[in-house]
Amino acid sequence: MIEQTINAQATGKKTKRSRITSKGRQIEPKALAEVRELLGNASRQKDLLIEHLHKIQDFYKHISAAHLVALAYEMKLSRAEVYEVATFYHHFDVIKEGDAVPADLTVRVCDSMSCEMAGAEGLIDSLETAMGEKVRVQRVPCIGRCDKAPVAVVGMHPVEFADAQKVDDLVEQGITEPESIAPILFEQYLSNGGYTIYQQCMAGQHDVNKVLDMMDDSGLRGLGGAGFPVGRKWRIVRDQPAPRLMAVNIDEGEPGTFKDKYYLDRDPHCFLEGMLIAAWAVDINEIYIYLRDEYAAIRVMLEQELAKLRAHPPVTNLPTIHLRRGAGAYICGEESAMIESIEGKRGMPRLRPPFVAQVGLFGRPTLEHNMESLYWVRDILEKGPECFTDHGRHGRKGLRSFSVSGRVNNPGVHLAPAGITMRELIDEYCGGMLEGHEFYGYFPGGASGGILPASLGDVPLDFDTLHEYGSFIGSAAVIVFSDKDRARDLAVNAMRFFEDESCGQCTPCRVGTAKAVTLMKQAKWDEPLLEELSQVMVDASICGLGQAAPNPLRSVVKYFPEELK
Amino acid sequence: MATQLQDSVEMVEFTLNGQKISARADETILKIAEREGIEIPHLCYSEREGQDGNCRSCMVEVEGERVLAPSCCRYPGNDMKVQTNSERALHSQRMVLELLKSDVSEKPHTLHSELDYWASKLEISTPRFKPRKAVAPDLSHPGIAVNMDACIQCTRCVRACRDEQNNDVIGLAMRGSHTEIVFDLDDPMGESTCVACGECVQACPTGALMPANEVGMVEPDRQVESVCPYCGVGCQLTYNIKDDKILYVEGRDGPANHGRLCVKGRYGFDYVHHPHRLTKPLIRREGAPKNGDFTMEPNDIDKIFREATWEEALDMAAKGFINIRDQKGPNALAGFGSAKGSNEEAYLFQKLIRTGFKTNNVDHCTRLCHASSVVALLECLGSGAVSNPVADVDTADVIVLIGANPTVNHPVGATWMKNALRSGTKLILLDPRTTELSREATHHLAFKPGSDVPMLNAIMHVIVEENLVDQSFVAERTLGFEAMKKHLKNYSPELMEPICGIPAQTLREVARLYATANAAMILWGMGVSQHVHGTDNARCLISLALMTGQIGRPGTGLHPLRGQNNVQGASDMGLIPMRLPDYYRVEDDSARHNLEQLWGSEIDSKPGLTVVEIMDAIHAGKLNGLYIMGENPAMSDPDANHARQALSELDILVVQDIFLTETAYLADVILPASGFPEKTGTFTNTDRLVQMGRTAIPMPGNARQDLWIIQQIAQRMGLDWHYDGPKEVFEEIRKAVPSMGGITWERLEREHGVVYPCEQEGDPGEPIIFTDRFPTTDGRGLFVPADIVEPDERPDDEFPYVLITGRMLEHWHTGSMTRRSNVLDALEPEAVATIHPLTLEEMNVRPGEMVTLSTRRGQVSVVARVDEAVPTGAIFMAFCYYEAAVNKLSNAALDPAAKIPEFKYCAVKVTPGGQPLQFHSYGGGQAVNKLRQ
Repeated sequence: MIEQTINAQATGKKTKRSRITSKGRQIEPKALAEVRELLGNASRQKDLLIEHLHKIQDFYKHISAAHLVALAYEMKLSRAEVYEVATFYHHFDVIKEGDAVPADLTVRVCDSMSCEMAGAEGLIDSLETAMGEKVRVQRVPCIGRCDKAPVAVVGMHPVEFADAQKVDDLVEQGITEPESIAPILFEQYLSNGGYTIYQQCMAGQHDVNKVLDMMDDSGLRGLGGAGFPVGRKWRIVRDQPAPRLMAVNIDEGEPGTFKDKYYLDRDPHCFLEGMLIAAWAVDINEIYIYLRDEYAAIRVMLEQELAKLRAHPPVTNLPTIHLRRGAGAYICGEESAMIESIEGKRGMPRLRPPFVAQVGLFGRPTLEHNMESLYWVRDILEKGPECFTDHGRHGRKGLRSFSVSGRVNNPGVHLAPAGITMRELIDEYCGGMLEGHEFYGYFPGGASGGILPASLGDVPLDFDTLHEYGSFIGSAAVIVFSDKDRARDLAVNAMRFFEDESCGQCTPCRVGTAKAVTLMKQAKWDEPLLEELSQVMVDASICGLGQAAPNPLRSVVKYFPEELK
Repeated sequence: MATQLQDSVEMVEFTLNGQKISARADETILKIAEREGIEIPHLCYSEREGQDGNCRSCMVEVEGERVLAPSCCRYPGNDMKVQTNSERALHSQRMVLELLKSDVSEKPHTLHSELDYWASKLEISTPRFKPRKAVAPDLSHPGIAVNMDACIQCTRCVRACRDEQNNDVIGLAMRGSHTEIVFDLDDPMGESTCVACGECVQACPTGALMPANEVGMVEPDRQVESVCPYCGVGCQLTYNIKDDKILYVEGRDGPANHGRLCVKGRYGFDYVHHPHRLTKPLIRREGAPKNGDFTMEPNDIDKIFREATWEEALDMAAKGFINIRDQKGPNALAGFGSAKGSNEEAYLFQKLIRTGFKTNNVDHCTRLCHASSVVALLECLGSGAVSNPVADVDTADVIVLIGANPTVNHPVGATWMKNALRSGTKLILLDPRTTELSREATHHLAFKPGSDVPMLNAIMHVIVEENLVDQSFVAERTLGFEAMKKHLKNYSPELMEPICGIPAQTLREVARLYATANAAMILWGMGVSQHVHGTDNARCLISLALMTGQIGRPGTGLHPLRGQNNVQGASDMGLIPMRLPDYYRVEDDSARHNLEQLWGSEIDSKPGLTVVEIMDAIHAGKLNGLYIMGENPAMSDPDANHARQALSELDILVVQDIFLTETAYLADVILPASGFPEKTGTFTNTDRLVQMGRTAIPMPGNARQDLWIIQQIAQRMGLDWHYDGPKEVFEEIRKAVPSMGGITWERLEREHGVVYPCEQEGDPGEPIIFTDRFPTTDGRGLFVPADIVEPDERPDDEFPYVLITGRMLEHWHTGSMTRRSNVLDALEPEAVATIHPLTLEEMNVRPGEMVTLSTRRGQVSVVARVDEAVPTGAIFMAFCYYEAAVNKLSNAALDPAAKIPEFKYCAVKVTPGGQPLQFHSYGGGQAVNKLRQ
């Protein structure tokens, strides 16, 4: 008898059977045909991934796993690349096997600070009970209509001063398309003398250096929040090697901000002309406009107006202009995250250095601007820098577009002198506080700019003036609250917003915002631990989101200590 | 050169923790600090996966800056003042570690968690934050355990999977605190497209990705540096060993792999511990039947064999050979060496056959894989070696890849190609199959199987017609171009389009792309070589390179991707019937005399028989004794029924192996040999890189070293051999193989690998050859025109489909090793044939159902697997399945020049249904299970 044995396990025993397909999910022929149909002749280049995801989401009201696999195949991307992008953006509903398909119609209700003060919670509660199966009710962050809070969106149709009845009526009537807006259109803009300055620039009638000097003299600063001097930015990018690109940031997502929307609703070509002048001054041939998905009406309008502009170019060599659609991600308002998003990726901010001006979109030097910064260019060239510098208060110069919301009589966008104080703004521009409300505090710069108490209502509002109070003006989104509100609740709201909107890349922000929300929801705040947490978020986060996220929290501890007792 | 480089690096002066420091401007603060002896925590950064700056545990304070800076991504500037240990910096470092710790489960999955290391360094006690929601483990993969409860989202695995190996399976999905590592569409790893290269496991700092079965919780007691035993890429690896069992394998920084491995290299190691290992010599029982059409009865091997002592077995083997040699003449004997053995084993084996058996009837499996490539290369360029290493694709502008599926057969080699493609190199993929690399290809020419020559001739036609020829190269370094030019006249792309199925326009574009590239490199596999026109295919590729001057420079040249780990070495050592060591022809009198001097023995001046010819000779009764070392022709030869029949007709068959293979089943004497990790020796990879494999574990039972066994047979046949070990054999190889003469054993031990040609001691070795001349008599390369030759067996009404044979990622060759590996067997447990969905539909078969494949030579039944990669009208099957040996079906028709069989093409009939497979699984080596007892 030999010791050697050769055992084999017979078929049928508890052994794993072979795969009957090649590795991983299979491409479903039907899904592939559907995706091809939707994409048509559109380019399959990688950076169009988000655009193509929109096509699927718009048509099917969700994105199935089979469609993702088919799209990956069609675009020669890996499944992981497509999935990680699709799941990053809140406007894509990725549905896998066994997941419930969302209702065909979604009603989005803003639950950010201004809307919360105006009763968003109650609205959500009543909609959730009233709407039933056929409509999905979804909480969303600020949608840029804070002056008309609370706000809901039925499909793509916004409902201002929303209540359950208004929403229900629209749902019943099937009104889900974007609202109509009536801006100055291309033809009218032209007949009003529009694009003349641009034509003069292109015809060599303006000296580039003089234009740059005018921009410097105007003191115009980046109005997205960072306040970088516009003229200097143009010079820096101009000195970078060609080809240079431009990226325009209309991802207006800071809660409380709606100024970009305000101007686009009225005079889009004034912005486009400023954009083209900037492209001329910096010698740029390709421009990407990144528009937040929430501004559906503006998207439709811009598509039409850009088509007209291309069809009747005011100059012979108009730069190529791409309009790109965001997909529900606040972080994409951060300049480098926006660039990642335009490239069709997850909107995760890049580490700096290198700066976007040197290595930006597609690795090229990039001039990135907030929409409003470009909106004023025509005026400055036409009327001279004085049209800005002649204004200002309390030692500050220029104009600011304040988006005011909250407990005032006339919320809305108010173009006011830089350096105006909160009290002046309320009294002179906003018609005072609402009846029965006493001024208690305010967010001077959206959710991230911190919270100041009424006792600091006489501080000039401008870039740099609020630093010493642990606060900043940012995009000048002012939310006014009263003795009927609690700063603490608003701070929790803000931190919850940051938790939802953190891109998840770096530890201090990804984990920090989540831990902070948990701690802030406790009846008694662990102040020392919250302060330790705040410190690491401020010091060690990659981008402004995480660095600024503790501002409201710290403000409450500093200025509203009685609320914590 | 080196000093110049150093001079050009900008140096800066800055202050680090109060100390003035001078440092390179292109080095991160983290690295500089490390060198200065200052430890800064870091998790998302590693030497291998590079910097990302997401974990923020390495934050340092830079004077004058608003926020802290990640030292892993930050470079010093002049007069910068950096504090790594200020209160503020330490606060962030500690808080980051605490936040991460708070979300990681307390149950460890590794003994080497970097998070725990830094947490304990910075004295982080129990985290003060509430943990996140618990995450369930994903144990769906047999080789890799996914424990996301230990994940810190540092993305090292993402970068390992995507930037390093370019497998693109791992992603970072969702966002904010929901951010998670996913496979494909957040699928279980075992159901994803994961190819289990294990790079992510090697990258993970916290044990979230670990070898399955909690192997990471066992501390190895020693490590041995060696090489991978599978393909020709030649990855260096480290065996981690405990109690003489291999626990796990890690990639090592070798020239061919730089730490990368594939699923076989990383998980296919436990076969050596398999209970099937042969541990005692076996002798066939008197009267035990010996039929070619046997079915292995594993539980009954007792009826076929009996145990014997080494003395008895060796005597019987040697006597058997001596009797035949003395009675029927030396040419009635033959030997099959192995491309899996070391150079030393191959060298001694052919020396034994040539001087003990006294015949040149010695061959090995190169005959079955790249014989045609070698014949064409020798004929045209005077050398069978590759001109440039695989990794040279990095410097190419264009890669031409034809008849090769490297992501499956040379996975780590494929990663270099993918890396190059993603940094801008263009790929022209010529393959009927839509292989993984087609996604990356600039042009994918899915030509009709077997139409290589017309397609390549058409491409060359364009190069001539459009004056894209490198005239000076052709004039100075080649011969026969005029004849070639004339020959190509009849091969316009328009004429060839209907024959090869590729639009003329595409052929023209591809011709221009290749010819006008600054550097273009051609790599090919067995899709080129395993045809009756295999030599012609290779001749065309060589002509293509010659007429465009795309050879002899970095990023150019010709690279047949070698199959076995030592197929290059086995050929170099002369395991070839018509060539002596270093490729001297056996008819070459002076070369033969030199060798006779060295060996002190005469050598036959007539070339011997090749693998398939030997089988035919046995069948014809002219060859009666065969010594097979580590090969399995009963599985690997074409028309395997015929081969098995022949083996059963031998008077004496001696098989030296580690398992009872299908070939050993027909043996008269079985000699239990040493497994790869049980011996020391040198192995030559596809890049001509000679590398050292080292003994890692002892042999089981009474198994013996192969070198010892060969010598015992030699001594019994009258040869006075007393080599102490591989080193002594290697010293003799240096004399017999001049191109390796400069490589010393000590240098190999020290440097792990040296590339040849390396003729003098101290030579660096030449990774790129043919730089100024070809090793032909006149130094010129020769154009050899090729005409269209039809495949030997075309589909017809009775056999309407094309059968293509090959290999699969998880199994190696005839499967004797990999099917006894736990992980590999679990990944690919049973025989499958892959078929395009449309063809399956046409056959009226659903995926997972049995189909019976039959050709004029035999039939097998297998499970049908749907795979879009296979061309319509074709069936692809790997030859690793003993229970469904596809080589029973393949065609033994030979290429006239190289005698390589046409494995890549024969006509086959498919009928739904069939006998269920008899055996299912041998199971794995169970190294792990034993450890856990």
